[in-house]
Amino acid sequence: MNAIRQKKTIALSRRRLYSVIAVVAFIALAFIADRFFDAFTLRVFNLCAIYIVLALSLNLLNGFTGLFSLGHAGFMAVGAYVSALLTMSAQLKEMNYFLVPIVPWLHHVSIPFLPALIVAGLASALVGFLIGAPVLRLRDDYLAIATLGFGEIIRVLITNAQAITNGAQGLKGLPRFSTTFAVWAVAGLVILFMVLLMRSSYGRAMKAVRDDELAAEAMGINVFRVKVTSFTVSSFLAGVGGALLGHMITTIDPKMFTFTLTFNILLIVVLGGIGSISGSVISAVVVTVLMEALRFLDEPMNLVVFKTQGMPGLRMVVFSILLMVMIIYRQRGLMGNAEFSWDTLQGLFVKKGRKGGDHV
Amino acid sequence: MSERNSDLMLSTVHLTMRFGGLTAVSDFNLEIHKNEIVGLIGPNGAGKTTAFNVITGMYRPSEGKVFFMGRDITGLKPHSITALGVARTFQNIRLFREMTVLENVLVACHMSIDTGLFGATLHLPGYRAREAEARRFSMELLEQVGLAHLAYEKGTSLPYGQQRRLEIVRALATRPKILLLDEPAAGMNPQESFELMDFIRRIRDEFDLTIFLIEHHMQVVMGVCERMYVLDYGVTIAHGDPASIQKNPKVIEAYLGVD
Ligand SMILES: Nc1ncnc2c1ncn2[C@@H]1O[C@H](COP(=O)(O)OP(=O)(O)O)[C@@H](O)[C@H]1O
Ligand SMILES: [Mg+2]
Repeated sequence: MNAIRQKKTIALSRRRLYSVIAVVAFIALAFIADRFFDAFTLRVFNLCAIYIVLALSLNLLNGFTGLFSLGHAGFMAVGAYVSALLTMSAQLKEMNYFLVPIVPWLHHVSIPFLPALIVAGLASALVGFLIGAPVLRLRDDYLAIATLGFGEIIRVLITNAQAITNGAQGLKGLPRFSTTFAVWAVAGLVILFMVLLMRSSYGRAMKAVRDDELAAEAMGINVFRVKVTSFTVSSFLAGVGGALLGHMITTIDPKMFTFTLTFNILLIVVLGGIGSISGSVISAVVVTVLMEALRFLDEPMNLVVFKTQGMPGLRMVVFSILLMVMIIYRQRGLMGNAEFSWDTLQGLFVKKGRKGGDHV
Repeated sequence: MSERNSDLMLSTVHLTMRFGGLTAVSDFNLEIHKNEIVGLIGPNGAGKTTAFNVITGMYRPSEGKVFFMGRDITGLKPHSITALGVARTFQNIRLFREMTVLENVLVACHMSIDTGLFGATLHLPGYRAREAEARRFSMELLEQVGLAHLAYEKGTSLPYGQQRRLEIVRALATRPKILLLDEPAAGMNPQESFELMDFIRRIRDEFDLTIFLIEHHMQVVMGVCERMYVLDYGVTIAHGDPASIQKNPKVIEAYLGVD
């Protein structure tokens, strides 16, 4: 009995050691990337972190609470605009708002990045709460429709609130706050948050709502409250992700936040596995890298024997095919709803040799 | 009856549930006292499950009221009714698909663990103590019903009979005062049903429970129920002790050609 327990403790501490090593290795990688990667590669590397945040935010809803939302781009837009308007200097705002001057109460607001990021998340969470509270009382199907509509409404509002958002011109020259450190720190925190949440009683309650709403309610779970909480937290994370994206690209405009953006995140979640944190993380990295690596598909190609005109959108065709193949052969995505563990990795090593890379 | 009113657990008054033109339950008047085992029987489609659904707040009744321990619970949300001490199982087993046996039971402890999203996520000391207590309690329950060795198996991978048991344990984990069982013996052979009825009597004694159970085969529950109500097309056609029910001509007629 004692020997077994001892073995278990050793295995546990070994796994913990692996995790610490992996995290340290990753931090080292981030430092190297930050110092030595060229601008383009570094940008892709950091984009991975932002997509991890966005994918986890959508997976919280879709995968863990069983709510289907199609309005993620809308929440990202709220976050991106709030953070941009809070951090841009008065001078920068004057340069941007040359058609219609900015409203006076926003003109001289300029706060540091961290509080701006938090306010951006909170603003997005508030919007999420205001939409979720009435809609989540209805049947689940309505949520997809309502959030889809919301995404469009938000874009129309941003386009027309010229004196606040600068309308269709968008905002240019956002401070470049999304450094390697900033984006990966946020991604790390969000991963940690999700892991801890899903291991907690509240996470179990969410999964219960996903598995069987009626039974969950009969077990004393306030299903409506769990849904609204999940929706609000997801909106918060989407707002933070949107803000990070804005401060990385440094230019935002309403056209950036169309349904295509929501679709990309949905793609990551489905490919990675609905209801798997590690699946979303791995998939966010793979999809982000592929999106950039396959960029050549959209451009004119010279294949020696024949030349093609540029075919914008060909990339997305490839991704859609990938999605369909995945849905046909592996409905539940890369990870299903399983999580990465050192034991499964070890299993892969023993059976098939080296496979898969670093993991936080 | 008046001298027993102090231990009245669950009662309904003129309870009626209509779906469009169909009256699934009509003027149902129920009285269940503490520690009783009461049966609700009737042919398929008689309105038994509907009566459960109305009592547990899944449907709002078209007419009438539901009282639990002297309190009007008509129109309360199901989770609030569960919190007051009314737990139930389902006719078609509704375990949480992706969860282990232990997790299924832990979900039912959420009410007692819940310290809010952030307390739970940050695993604050208050949360940790409650979670540890819930795990201990859940394992103890599983041990009592002989499912402890399966704690880490997926709930839905268990054999049918054990899934039914697990559903009952899950309901027990909400710490109910009254337990509503919807056809707990469905799909079991006579031997299994017999064991189950024994089990039901045992948990009534061990957990100081009151039990209200549905069954459409009258014979199964004859031995265990102290009183029973008989529904047919939503109407209460008889109520009394098993012996008198068995002899009741209306009941015999309702069951003729059905069983
Ligand atoms: N949600 C509902 N909507 C419409 N009709 C229903 C609903 N639930 C039950 N019924 C009808 O009510 C009647 C009683 O059903 P039920 O309570 O399930 O019977 P039992 O449990 O006694 O077999 C049936 O005719 C059934 O079709
Ligand atoms: Mg029924």
